[in-house]
Amino acid sequence: MGEGFPILSVLVFLPLAGALLIALLPGQRVHWPAVAVRVLPGDQQASAKWIALAFAFATLVIALVLFVLFDRAGSGFQFTDTFLWVSAQDVGFDVSYAFGVDGLSMPLVLLTGLLTTIAVLISWRINVRPKEYFAWLLVLETSVLGVFTSLDLIFFFIFWELELLPMFFLINVWGSGRRSYSAMKFVLFTFFGSAFMLVGFLVMGVAAGTFDMREIQESALAGAVLPVPAIFAFIFLAFGIKLPVVPVHTWLPDAHTDAPTAASVMLAGVLLKMGGYGILRLLFTLMPETAAAADVALAILAAVSIIYGAVITVRQTDLKRLVAYSSVSHMGFVLLGVAGLGVVGMSGAAMQLVTHGLITGMLFVVVGMIYDRTHTRQISAMRGLAHYLPLLSAMLVFAGLAGLGLPALAGFVSEVTVFLGAFGRHEPQTAVALIGVLLAAGYVLWALQRSVFGPRDERWRELQDVRAWWEFLPLGALVSLIVLLGVYPSVVLDVFELGVRPIAEGIAVVQPDVVESEALEVARLGRGG
Amino acid sequence: MLGEVNLFGPQLVLMCVGGMLLVAELVVRDRRVLVATAMTAVLGAVAYSAILLADGKVGRTAFDEVLVFDQFALFFQFLLGGVALAVIAASWDALARFPSRQGEYLALLLFSTAGLMLLAGTRDLIGIFVALELTSISQYILVGFHKDRLSSEAGLKYLLLGAIASAILLYGMAILLGLSGSTNLSAIAEYVADGDSGVIEALLLAMVFLIVGFGFKAAIVPFQMWVPDVYQGGPTPIAAYLSVASKAAAFAILIRVFLEALGAELLSAHWSTIFAVLAVLSMFVGNILAIQQADLKRMLGYSSIAQAGTILIGLAAITADRSISLGSGGILFYLAGYAVTNLTAFLVVIAVFNRIGSCEIDAYRGLGKRAPLLGALLAFSLISLTGFPPTAGFFGKVYLFDAAVQSDLAWLAVVGVVNSVISAVYYLRPVKAMFVDEAAPTVEMPARWRPNAPLALTLGLTSAGVLVIGLAPSLLIDVANEAVTIFVD
Repeated sequence: MGEGFPILSVLVFLPLAGALLIALLPGQRVHWPAVAVRVLPGDQQASAKWIALAFAFATLVIALVLFVLFDRAGSGFQFTDTFLWVSAQDVGFDVSYAFGVDGLSMPLVLLTGLLTTIAVLISWRINVRPKEYFAWLLVLETSVLGVFTSLDLIFFFIFWELELLPMFFLINVWGSGRRSYSAMKFVLFTFFGSAFMLVGFLVMGVAAGTFDMREIQESALAGAVLPVPAIFAFIFLAFGIKLPVVPVHTWLPDAHTDAPTAASVMLAGVLLKMGGYGILRLLFTLMPETAAAADVALAILAAVSIIYGAVITVRQTDLKRLVAYSSVSHMGFVLLGVAGLGVVGMSGAAMQLVTHGLITGMLFVVVGMIYDRTHTRQISAMRGLAHYLPLLSAMLVFAGLAGLGLPALAGFVSEVTVFLGAFGRHEPQTAVALIGVLLAAGYVLWALQRSVFGPRDERWRELQDVRAWWEFLPLGALVSLIVLLGVYPSVVLDVFELGVRPIAEGIAVVQPDVVESEALEVARLGRGG
Repeated sequence: MLGEVNLFGPQLVLMCVGGMLLVAELVVRDRRVLVATAMTAVLGAVAYSAILLADGKVGRTAFDEVLVFDQFALFFQFLLGGVALAVIAASWDALARFPSRQGEYLALLLFSTAGLMLLAGTRDLIGIFVALELTSISQYILVGFHKDRLSSEAGLKYLLLGAIASAILLYGMAILLGLSGSTNLSAIAEYVADGDSGVIEALLLAMVFLIVGFGFKAAIVPFQMWVPDVYQGGPTPIAAYLSVASKAAAFAILIRVFLEALGAELLSAHWSTIFAVLAVLSMFVGNILAIQQADLKRMLGYSSIAQAGTILIGLAAITADRSISLGSGGILFYLAGYAVTNLTAFLVVIAVFNRIGSCEIDAYRGLGKRAPLLGALLAFSLISLTGFPPTAGFFGKVYLFDAAVQSDLAWLAVVGVVNSVISAVYYLRPVKAMFVDEAAPTVEMPARWRPNAPLALTLGLTSAGVLVIGLAPSLLIDVANEAVTIFVD
């Protein structure tokens, strides 16, 4: 793994290569020569999913190796891989091909590798146009990995946009319900946000003379054609829609609910994280002064999202929709932590990205598995499921409890860290957000009670519990990680701290009242480290 | 004198071979021979330009600057030559519909191309008008070439509206000539530069008239009325030709006239505002009307109006001194990317029409299953038109919006990106029809089929162009900027 080896390029484009390979698989009409039949799996469906699994797993392994090799004493971006890609002489339009990871992006890269592999596994029984399905899933992974590792604004934007098409097709072709409507809504909302983001990027790039996010300083933006708060707002619109923040969240419940299970897992697990990541990486790093000035507004938005999301969640009767709405509430914690402006709050926010990815990812996985068996998502119809599907029901209970923030599980750590980081600065908003935690306990427990528990229902007598390896593997991995991060969060939290410290320091320079040494100690106690 | 004629070579080749084709048609009926002759003529013209370039003739002028052979003209000669080749190849099946008039069709196409090449390479009002009429009259006939009801109606509509636009253009030219006493753009520029402000109203009036005349060719709102009918009624290859070649040449002459003759600060602030307003109008009108279209050709017609609006952003962004090359270079880059993209879309439309005889979006349902490659290429071109990466359309838009931001027109960039979002609504609809929806039972679609060889080859080249420009735009950016350096003092 020498200095020169472009390991991040390999990481990002490996899934794309897999997708191309799958796309090039011959269609059904080709008749293999007799020899080839013995070597290659007979039907393209099987080969597509095995190729997808191989490439997703290889990507995960590379991400894991990088995570282990990541220099925890170092600073700045590691494994960087840069060259000038588009150069237009004299007109100030240079775009770099630039990859790199730091403490903030490293865990998210790992999360993406993990959840994509899980998404492939839980799609093992997909039999509608499997070739395209797995190809799009891998394209999606490339785009998300690109977002987390790009160091150039335009390059970042390209990956950000690239993610739309796979999701458009995944929801549209393999979804359920009003899938066309949901797919289009998803694309238009995201595209609308990113359109403004592009203008923000261009204004920034023109003012700073570069699109390299390592070189842009807020002071250089003073002469921009738009005031800095406007640039901030333009870019925040994109990230706010993605996160999502109330009131631009309305695409989320539709897209999540109508997407196929794997796409829901990817959406909740990694795509939403791009919003939180972008806020930290671009807004708070590049425009610390404006970000610090906007903290109260951001905290209010966060509190509104948390409470509104939770209240709406309580009322849901569709289990998948319930999980979807709970995401609105949970992602509000990310914004709240970020608004705390200190190392603690930001680490908590980053941690929440990972824990929510694991927990909500698991919820979608379990809900999908239940749906595959019962063909219903109505909570009331699932009465007494625990009698016939004990393991699956236990998994639902486990993920639900993790979601409501049960101590010793991952969700607890990140939420407590967020509260500790935000309370000192935004007392009222944090207090309001705490009500969200109570509501979460309410909707989770109530939903569990109405669904899996209760008297036997003869309808479910024939159902079979989890048996296949491709179901055990994802569930096992998710359970162990949620427990691991609950009891020993430092393994990820320390890396995040490394990443957010420079951001917090940048803010502390312009906002000296961000005092946090005490809170940091409290946080260390709180997470049982 | 002979040296001057030499510069006129590329156009002369086209005109002569066109004339020959008119005569040859009487004896030669073989489609292959006629098409090969026409394509050889275009290749010959492009090769002629290349030889002139290699011979160091760049920068020379002829006939009192009625003809100029500079980098800018050269850029468009290559671009228009490429488009003409693609359109001739795409016409292969369409020609079979009028076997006795094949030569005529090809000849008119060559005449029109010669006119457009001349338009991009002239610095004289008379030259502009002659070039414009040469190309327009050929196009009027080509649009009505099917001689059926829709086609004739489209041709007549195009002729009548075009005649009005020409008249208005001529009137504007007359005013300029009357004021400055010259038809030469440089002379007019001198007059404008030291002219007194007393004639500003007359100059503005002339300027507006010129915008009307050129705007008609470029399909800018509010001079776009002919577009949907002509696209739908005329032969599809001709619609492709109009949407790409005519538009490119119209923007070429807009850039040349407004930078070379009317570039003085006295006027540029005015025309910058006018172009900005027209850009906003074109984008909104084109995009919003495109949403309601059920016919893909009509949809592409409205889309080409919106695309013209996007290109106008570059013109509006030209004024500020430092971005002269950014705005106009951006237009050239965008035009080249738009040419390959729109040609790809039209070539698929032609291939599908040749097979199933319909351009309705509904008829495309399930195409992704029947003809995956054709469907994927159409989807790819529509994605490029929307401006998604990694395509030519993406960098074209980013480049133009960047030019707007650099010229302190951030609001125009915002309007541009919002319109990209609106355009996604209709560009994605055929994509969904092809790859998501099941095939319509009413449309009979053959199970396995391929487009004819010339069309397939062209389609491969244009779609490769979309991808290459999207992945490695530097080369084209440099070429485009090099071409507009002649306008920077």
